[in-house]
Amino acid sequence: MNRPGVTLDNVVAGCALQVLTGPADMSRRIDTVFASDLMSDVLAFSTPGALLVTGLTNVQTVVTADIADVSGVVFTRGKRPDAECVERAAAAGIPLLSTRLDTFTLCGELYRLGLRGARPQDGE
Amino acid sequence: MSETQPRYTRSFHVRGKDFRGAGSVSTAIKAVLRGLGFAPDVVRRAAIASYEAEMNVVIYAFEAEVTFAVESDRVEIVFQDRGPGIADVNQAMQEGFSTAPREVREMGFGAGMGLPNIRRNSDSLDITTTVGEGTRVAFEILTAGRGAGGK
Repeated sequence: MNRPGVTLDNVVAGCALQVLTGPADMSRRIDTVFASDLMSDVLAFSTPGALLVTGLTNVQTVVTADIADVSGVVFTRGKRPDAECVERAAAAGIPLLSTRLDTFTLCGELYRLGLRGARPQDGE
Repeated sequence: MSETQPRYTRSFHVRGKDFRGAGSVSTAIKAVLRGLGFAPDVVRRAAIASYEAEMNVVIYAFEAEVTFAVESDRVEIVFQDRGPGIADVNQAMQEGFSTAPREVREMGFGAGMGLPNIRRNSDSLDITTTVGEGTRVAFEILTAGRGAGGK
């Protein structure tokens, strides 16, 4: 299990993430991370409240995050979604974040912060 | 189908190939269920199953009528589409089997997880299909207690 009390704020500060959406509740606690470019896998196997790490920047990423109760989305390797995606995420209350790191390296940083993957039984 | 009067019913229309609008029906269903005060687990499972069904219509069919009914102990959702039908339902239920084109895969779908994900997030699933005419996907999520968990 992760160390207690890793919040979205901690993640943003700890991994030097850029926040793409406007002001949002960044005090929400993050327990698990799910990294995938396959949205059906996010829907099937992510834990509610997970942080989503992806390189997929289209609008379906935001819809999937909303449907799957994702706490925030980090786009890796400097990828940025378009303005419509940002607006929809803001309206849904889902912070969009960006990093220049690649997915593997970001996941390593998140692990170092104490975050862990979705527990297998949650999706099965 | 239960005999009692539904607590809430609503119908929606989904257009095939409307990739920008995809998700609007399932997002609306989620908002209604959340507003009615259902447990987060129930809301999430209904939303996920609906979203996969909605994406299937957008990807494969011409259009669909969606009926959404909240009964005393369950949520019933039916997607009736006009489309190509499914040649082999058992094959389509296998995780990883897909006939989706490349552009759909680039959007994060079409990996052969759609119908399995609907089954995973529902308490019953019924699929009837006629090749060349269309497919009816009906599923229920039990809400009594807290929603009975997935399969």
